[in-house]
Amino acid sequence: MGIDRRKFIKYAGLTTVAGILGKNPIDALADDEIAVSSEPLKPIVGKRWAMVVDLKKCRQKEGCHDCIDACHHIHNVPDFDNPKDEVKWIWKDHFKHAFVEQEHEYISDEVKHTEILLLCNHCDDAPCVRVCPTQATWKRDDGIVMMDMHRCIGCRYCLVACPYGSRSFNWRDPRPFIKETDPDFPTRMRGVVEKCNFCAERLAKGQMPACVEVCSEGCLVFGDLEDPESEVRELLRSNFTIRRKPGLGTKPEVYYIV
Amino acid sequence: MYDAGKIIIGLIIFLILITFPIWYNAASGNPTSAPDLKIITDAKQCVEPTDYMRTNHMNLLDEWRDIVVREKGRYIMLDGKQYEMSLSNTCLDCHSNKADFCDQCHNYMSVDPYCWDCHIESKE
Repeated sequence: MGIDRRKFIKYAGLTTVAGILGKNPIDALADDEIAVSSEPLKPIVGKRWAMVVDLKKCRQKEGCHDCIDACHHIHNVPDFDNPKDEVKWIWKDHFKHAFVEQEHEYISDEVKHTEILLLCNHCDDAPCVRVCPTQATWKRDDGIVMMDMHRCIGCRYCLVACPYGSRSFNWRDPRPFIKETDPDFPTRMRGVVEKCNFCAERLAKGQMPACVEVCSEGCLVFGDLEDPESEVRELLRSNFTIRRKPGLGTKPEVYYIV
Repeated sequence: MYDAGKIIIGLIIFLILITFPIWYNAASGNPTSAPDLKIITDAKQCVEPTDYMRTNHMNLLDEWRDIVVREKGRYIMLDGKQYEMSLSNTCLDCHSNKADFCDQCHNYMSVDPYCWDCHIESKE
C-alpha cells in the first residue's frame, strides 16, 4: 500500500498544523486525519534504555492520567473494573507503597498525598527473567525486559518474583473487557502474564514510547543510559533521583525525581 | 460357526456405526467439498510464490514471529519490496476475509491455529 505525492504533502501539512496547534499526538492519530505511513521508519536504537519520571512536574497536574490511557489503549489492556482481575502496564500509587523503605512519618504533604506513576522497571538484574522456566520473558541487549506471549505458559513465577507488582496475569479472557481495540497490536489470551514493554514495537518503528509522547508536561523522559549526552543522563546529573527498592539488588532502570 | 446369526447381526451393526459419518453427511445434504478459497486482493503476488505459501505459510509465520518478537526485526525485503512482518497488518491487508480464506482449509483439515486468540482478525 503506497502513498502518493498528493497524499504525502497533505499529511505533511496536516502534521505541521497539528504540531503548531500543540495537539495531543494520540488524539491526532485517533481522529484518522493523519494516516500512518506504511513506509518503514528508522528504528530508534539504544544500548541501555531507561526512564526518568519527574514527579515535581507530574504533581503539577494532579489527576492527569493521559499516559495511562494512551498506553492501555494502544496495547489493548483490558479494564476489568475489579482489583482481583486487574491488568495494568502503567499505574499510580501512593509514595508509601511505591517507595517502601524511603517513607517516614513526617514526609511533606505533597509527596505523601499525590500518587506516583509506576511501571515495569526493566531491571538490569531482573528476577522475573531469572525465574521464567520457558524464557518467555528475557532481557534484550538494549535492556528491555520483553515478553513473548507465544511462550508464556502462565505459571506466574514471574509475578511472584517481581518485587514491584509490575506484572499482571490474565485470569479471564481479556477481549470482552477491552473498551476500544487497537488493531495494530495483539490482545492477550486467558492464562498469560503481561507487562510494560517500553513500547518495543514503537521503538522499532522510530517512535518514542506512547506514555512519553503523550505527556503534555514532559514528566517522562526516555533515553539511552550509555549515551552520556542523552537527556536521561543530563537529568540524572542535574537532579537527585531515587529508584524503587534499590536494596533488593535488581538495579531498576526507572528513576524518580522527587 | 457357533452363534453365526448373532455374530453377523453384530458385524452389520458395527459396520453401520463405523460408517455413520458418511451416511450422516450424505443424508444431511452437506457433502464434503474441497476448500473454496476466495482471493479478494488485486495484488498479483504474495510475499512468496503461491505454491510456497500454500505449503509453508505456517513456517513462514513462525519464523516472522520469532524475528519480530525475539530478534527485533520488523521489516523484510522480498523481490525488492519491503514488507512489515505482521500477520494482522500485512497478511490481513490482502486477505481480510478470514472466513473465506484461512478458515476454508483450516476447517477442512481440522486444524485450529491459536493465532486468533490474540491477533485481531481484520481491520474494521
